[in-house]
Amino acid sequence: MRSADLLSFNLRLLTRQWFRTLMILLATAVGVAAVLLLTGLGEGARRFVLEEFSLLGQDTLIMLPGRKETTGGLPPLTGEGSRDITLADVAALERLSSISLVAPLIAGNAQVVYAGRNREVMTLGTSARFFEIRKLTLKQGRSLPLIPLERAEAVCLIGPKAKTDLFGSAQALGQWLRIGERRFRVIGIIEDRGQSLGMDVSDQLIIPVASAQQIFNVQGMFRVFLKVRPGSSMQQARSEILDLMQKRHGGERDVTLITQDALLGAFDDILKLLTLSVGAIAAISLVVAGILIMNITLISVSQRTAEIGLLKALGASRGDIRLLFLSEAMLLALLGALIGIGSGYALLWLGHSLWPQFPVSVPLWALLGALSIALGVAALFAWLPASRAARLPPVEALHGEIGHA
Amino acid sequence: MIRLEQLCKTYHLGGESVHALDHMDLAIAAGDYLSVMGPSGSGKSTLLNMLGLLDTPDSGEYWLEEQQVSLLNEEQRAALRNQRIGFVFQAYHLIDRLNARENIELPLVLNGTPPKRRRPLIDELLQRLGLEKHALHLPHQLSGGQRQRVAIARAVIRKPALLLADEPTGNLDSHSSNEVIELLEELNGEGITLLVVTHDPKIGERAHRRLWMQDGRLTGENLDAKSREGRTGRKARKGSDDAQR
Ligand SMILES: Nc1ncnc2c1ncn2[C@@H]1O[C@H](COP(=O)(O)OP(=O)(O)OP(=O)(O)O)[C@@H](O)[C@H]1O
Ligand SMILES: [Mg+2]
Repeated sequence: MRSADLLSFNLRLLTRQWFRTLMILLATAVGVAAVLLLTGLGEGARRFVLEEFSLLGQDTLIMLPGRKETTGGLPPLTGEGSRDITLADVAALERLSSISLVAPLIAGNAQVVYAGRNREVMTLGTSARFFEIRKLTLKQGRSLPLIPLERAEAVCLIGPKAKTDLFGSAQALGQWLRIGERRFRVIGIIEDRGQSLGMDVSDQLIIPVASAQQIFNVQGMFRVFLKVRPGSSMQQARSEILDLMQKRHGGERDVTLITQDALLGAFDDILKLLTLSVGAIAAISLVVAGILIMNITLISVSQRTAEIGLLKALGASRGDIRLLFLSEAMLLALLGALIGIGSGYALLWLGHSLWPQFPVSVPLWALLGALSIALGVAALFAWLPASRAARLPPVEALHGEIGHA
Repeated sequence: MIRLEQLCKTYHLGGESVHALDHMDLAIAAGDYLSVMGPSGSGKSTLLNMLGLLDTPDSGEYWLEEQQVSLLNEEQRAALRNQRIGFVFQAYHLIDRLNARENIELPLVLNGTPPKRRRPLIDELLQRLGLEKHALHLPHQLSGGQRQRVAIARAVIRKPALLLADEPTGNLDSHSSNEVIELLEELNGEGITLLVVTHDPKIGERAHRRLWMQDGRLTGENLDAKSREGRTGRKARKGSDDAQR
């Protein structure tokens, strides 16, 4: 039989029994769409997290106080009681040949007051280098001045959301506000970039690191960002940093260096597993669709017994008959899967247009997987009834329905 | 063209065995026109199914066009049915979701003939059987006689050597019966070997060779004078007059 004939023969059957056809299409489509939706969302979540973290750049190291083995698992988020990383340490790091930029960081919530308005705002103490490393840009004004790290200049930059909270629509640039017990002049407004590393820059204040030391009354750095000089290897930079810190801290290795790779690797593994498992759960619904296909094919075979006998009398071989029923099931599964793919993508697209920050994307393996599971399940479950039809002896089949005349 | 030797088929029904074909010997020459008559249950349909390769004998041998059929596998038998044998059934056996044209087309579809080559064959046959007007009608829109003509068209679309008809007029009135039989005879006139199983003596009598069956055996045979010559190797039993009535 030619495939075009097979197709039109099957389409005739499917349109004739449209309700039955519709039910199978629905079952298959729902299964495929579920796989696409869930994996699409899972993959979206993974990308979202990765994009957030990769803002840091491949060539950036983060140093935290305290020592932790960084063999797999998430890095420590809080440094524990060890020697502080001082501004002098930071200055020394700046002189390393493999390092191009160093930015210290002290962070904390501070009480911020302007014209009677009182807000608690996340305040970061750092240097001008921070803007380069984190790739922050300004909407208005200028960045932190390039001053020695230990000079506590009374200037600050403000994120757009914090600005609206404190100033409303009034002019902020050049105004004085109070952070803790000190007064600062607003010299710049940061460009909104949305969430980054779980911290909303738009809701923050940035001040010189020495000023932050005074406000929060701390000496040690919370983090140090280090950008590796182009041409130097990550490995080399790492050992230079660790050696230097060890020398400066009296032979003690009491800092931890983490790279984006280590951070992302851990998240990536977890999120991939998550996506895979929700996809697998959705795929179970395809097996249910397969069982439906088997039942329908069994019914089809018993209803069409006389037709099978006739086709055999007209010269259809066993293979032809099996192909006829298998291809009918496969055609249903294929159409159902295509509908499922269409509606799955439509729903994801709808979700994306409602929530544009969230990158939805169906991984290729999920798309191909859903399609092949749908077809595979249909073939598997239709095989039994189709073979049963193929084995029917022609004489009995011919009289199967009509009865012996 | 056809030779049966000691062909047996036995059905077992609850401890009782029915000899549907009992050591049957038969030879049929190419182009012959035979009728098979006999009481119900005498094995006529079984014989026809056997000749049409729809059924397999328990023992005995069957040669079709110098091929020993029992040596063929199921695929080869299917191919042979498609090429050499046409069936006409009492119940028409048309596929009800396909129109007349598509029903006639089926054997060509099954053997993979391209649509371009199918079309002229069907057009010619439709015209010949006076079915052009009904080409696009579904079976339920046709009369019994028209349905049977569609079924005959389907049986002969591949120009088979052997046409087997099992009570082709069983569901038809006398007018349609005549039309159908005349059509079958016309095809026989063109060289197809025709075998008709019937209960209707008027129809049975028209055949050149008339076989009588009872209990799975040939009990008698009448030959027309015009087809008597040139046939040998046949083992017809004598004393069949009592079986005729
Ligand atoms: N599949 C079967 N299983 C059991 N017995 C069968 C089967 N097919 C036929 N028979 C028996 O074999 C015998 C011959 O049947 P067959 O159909 O050949 O008769 P027939 O001459 O065509 O009868 P009718 O004129 O009623 O069509 C009958 O006794 C029938 O009961
Ligand atoms: Mg019969």
